[in-house]
Amino acid sequence: MAPEITGPIVQAAVATIRDHAEELTALDQAIGDGDHGLNMKRGFDAVAEGLGGLAGLPLSEALQKVGMTLVMKVGGASGPLYGSLFMAMGKAVAGDPARLDQVAAMLAEGVAAVKKRGKSDAGEKTMLDVLVPVNEALHEAAGRPVALATLVSDLRKAADTGLERTRNMQATKGRASFLRERSVGHLDPGARSSQLLVHAVCGVVEGLGKS
Amino acid sequence: MNRGNGVTDKVGIVVVSHSREVAKGTIDMVRQMVGDEIPMAYSGGNAEGGLGTDVASIIEAIKQAWSPRGVAILVDLGGAETNSEMAVEMLPADWRDKVVVCNAPIVEGAVMAATESAGGGTLQAVRATAEELSP
Repeated sequence: MAPEITGPIVQAAVATIRDHAEELTALDQAIGDGDHGLNMKRGFDAVAEGLGGLAGLPLSEALQKVGMTLVMKVGGASGPLYGSLFMAMGKAVAGDPARLDQVAAMLAEGVAAVKKRGKSDAGEKTMLDVLVPVNEALHEAAGRPVALATLVSDLRKAADTGLERTRNMQATKGRASFLRERSVGHLDPGARSSQLLVHAVCGVVEGLGKS
Repeated sequence: MNRGNGVTDKVGIVVVSHSREVAKGTIDMVRQMVGDEIPMAYSGGNAEGGLGTDVASIIEAIKQAWSPRGVAILVDLGGAETNSEMAVEMLPADWRDKVVVCNAPIVEGAVMAATESAGGGTLQAVRATAEELSP
């Protein structure tokens, strides 16, 4: 990947969070404290303000800066969770990842950091229900020759399936766990924001193949 | 509220709530119970003054309540705990081991922790006393 990818990826991430802020808040009102969309928007607005400085950086450095911005600005648990994800991804590889297995290694570190920070794993109705299967799909793709179109399609499918599976899960982590069985029947807002970000990145990567 | 200047032999107490009023009110109650003899500070609300928690403000509160004997943090709901743990990790390396997030109810835990601290308890004792309240 070339350094020029940093700007478009950050822009796409900011755009999708801004576009879906109300939906994320509505999902969170159903099973949480109703601030996920607002918090994520506050964080990504702050990221957008620094976009000029980020765009020229290698992806790894930009991710660390984005992570730190989210930690400091989000104001809810999603700040340290997404912050840890991006900071760990940024630390995993120096400069710009050149190969798919390096990207996979970055995501693996990021997902491990989210698990540690949230003391959670897949199956507990959280963002990890999207990130864990996406990480697995990415590692599978990195192990074999794969067309770009297949790769993004596999990643999107993993994200979508993971998100949908949160609907019928009972939350055991986070504020939604207070609702016990009443959390069943609602998509998890953190899983939705993760799925949105996966789609945003896939869109940019797909565009690279076409240009 | 800044009583922490590093020259104290009592464990510091930090209260972190989503609400500034809850955080401040908890510290008010603690102060009434144990007086001003221990370093105390609070952080409540997000950076814009709404409900939430703010890592930068938590770090600031830890600095205010800093004591060479350590600081115990009492938190309310999930994000307060996650953000407090994040704040601890962002402290200078030689401070990190001396700051703990207690698994205890915020108001009762703060009062119990402060009482133990005022009595000269160690950080471990302060934490254990607060956590006795947890099921």
